[in-house]
Amino acid sequence: MSIGMSVEHIGADIHGDRGGPAQPLLSVRGLVKHFDLKKGFLETLTGGGKVVRAVDGVDFEVLKGETLGVVGESGCGKSTTARLLMHLIDPSAGEIVFDGETVGSAALPLREYRRQVQMVFQDSYSSLNPRLTIQDSIAFGPQVHGVPRREAITRARDLLARVGLEPRRFAERWPHELSGGQRQRVNIARALASEPRLVILDEAVSALDKSVEAQVLNLLMDLKDEFGLTYLFISHDLHVVRYISDRVMVMYLGKVAETGPAEALFDDPLHPYTRALLSSMPSMDPDRRTEEAPLAGDPPNPIDPPPGCRFHTRCPFAEPVCAERVPALEERAGRQAACLIHEADAGHSRNPTAIYAA
Amino acid sequence: MTTLNAGAAPAPVYERSAGFWSGVLKKLARDPVAIGAAAVLLALVLIALFAPLITPHDPYQTSLLKRLRPIGFENFLLGTDELGRDLLSRLMLGARLSLFMGIVPVLIAFVLGSAIGILAGYAGGLANTLIMRTIDVLYAFPSVLLAIALSGALGAGIGNALLSLTIVFIPPIARVAESVTTQVRGRDFVEAARASGAGAFTIVRVHVLGNVLGPIFVYATSLIAVSMILASGLSFLGLGVRPPEPEWGLMLNTLRTAIYTQPWVAALPGVMIFITSISFNLLSDSLRSAMDVKN
Repeated sequence: MSIGMSVEHIGADIHGDRGGPAQPLLSVRGLVKHFDLKKGFLETLTGGGKVVRAVDGVDFEVLKGETLGVVGESGCGKSTTARLLMHLIDPSAGEIVFDGETVGSAALPLREYRRQVQMVFQDSYSSLNPRLTIQDSIAFGPQVHGVPRREAITRARDLLARVGLEPRRFAERWPHELSGGQRQRVNIARALASEPRLVILDEAVSALDKSVEAQVLNLLMDLKDEFGLTYLFISHDLHVVRYISDRVMVMYLGKVAETGPAEALFDDPLHPYTRALLSSMPSMDPDRRTEEAPLAGDPPNPIDPPPGCRFHTRCPFAEPVCAERVPALEERAGRQAACLIHEADAGHSRNPTAIYAA
Repeated sequence: MTTLNAGAAPAPVYERSAGFWSGVLKKLARDPVAIGAAAVLLALVLIALFAPLITPHDPYQTSLLKRLRPIGFENFLLGTDELGRDLLSRLMLGARLSLFMGIVPVLIAFVLGSAIGILAGYAGGLANTLIMRTIDVLYAFPSVLLAIALSGALGAGIGNALLSLTIVFIPPIARVAESVTTQVRGRDFVEAARASGAGAFTIVRVHVLGNVLGPIFVYATSLIAVSMILASGLSFLGLGVRPPEPEWGLMLNTLRTAIYTQPWVAALPGVMIFITSISFNLLSDSLRSAMDVKN
């Protein structure tokens, strides 16, 4: 399927699939984003100055048709990763491959990539232009890609109906006249307007109250089936991530700590950070309550991250080796964890004992 | 997947809510201060437009016998000036040049300053630094001094006064434009527009302009009063309008010698400047609060 096809036809076929279902939709390798700290005049001259290692070498894949949940504490690089994937900020290093094509290459120019990947932001109000009506906001994206205005408006009204907002009542309304849940539905419709294959949901339901959040989550799951979408679902809410995700990626301080199928990861976390994170999750079942102390304090400063394993400063199983050796993200039966406990030759005293054997 | 086709259904009736600007107008209509100020300004504009038709006397007709007569003298309602010309007629005709010198430089500076500021604000980074530091150099001069220096260098005359006032007003407008644009640029809807693949020009046209022009315009209206006063100042110094053309600043200048003999008559051009500038200020204040969505 060529990428030069006209926009009107994309919705009709199977989303311009190129590599078949086995090829990951999105494949990220060695993604790095370092933000320069505000430099003084001298540091600008000498080229020195420190950097914030917001995302520091991240590898992951998003499979076709799945929902990949991304969790982690504030400041772990979740949102920076989302913005990097959307090319809203330029990566310092690394490669993003979308369905077999490198983003920005001749085969997949950025403009075309941005039609196939869309994003829903956390702040439903800030992400709608207050001077545009709802239908104009939704119709903007398709018009950018050459859909005539009349058709784009018709499509916007159709999409409003799909996300549960009666077009006659809402199409010509202004964003400030809508509630938070309604606005987020509009944002979802806007993201779907250019008929994307991957939708990045950056804390998309976090600002909604619980009942509305549940409605929007169910809407997202319905839309995913209806439009054959793939989701990258970023959230700090572990319950929500468990509910919606097929696979989960745990991030800590700009690196991937663990990835794996949602159920396996939640039932039997491999990485001590994942365990700590999950133990902070309130459980309905008294038998599942954990004796482990939840994490104390804040993550270390990403300007000067700890050497070795970044989690060793807060890890209950930390040993001297953890401060020296950087754990690799090793694959084990469909799951990956970056922890020396699971690295055979790392010399961690807990390897390969209780945790993994169990 | 189902296609998002244009259905051939009968055109449904869409509920439409009032637009932003009609909301602003509605709020202004409920604000007595705004109505008062607008009425005064409207009256001034009408007087300026129809001045030649409604002046009771010839504004250029001098009379050595009737110099500096007090307010209400014979049929000279507001007295006469130092050359015996009817002051009311000259104030009416003077409204033309004074309003012109107040509004036109600000209007031109609004267009140019907004363009510069929006460009700098949207570009960000190094381009922003270069543009805004250059603007700051101009901004560092006190506006009166800059206007006088520019007018003086360019030579006396209305055109040059206009040009120098325009240059004086570009930096403050550009700074306001830059700061609101920087704010808007950081909002998620601009990010979302970028994420949809739109180019910078389209984003500025569709998403930035509508959100920044309002605040810049409000600020610019507050400069009209300043422009009138500066233009008057230039005329006062002999750098703007030349006699015998009536202009309030120039009239204030030529009448200053009469401040002891006919203080009320001598103060009248100043009163007109005051009334006009305070009307513009009050109107722009009301506009500012009417445009505040949170109210």
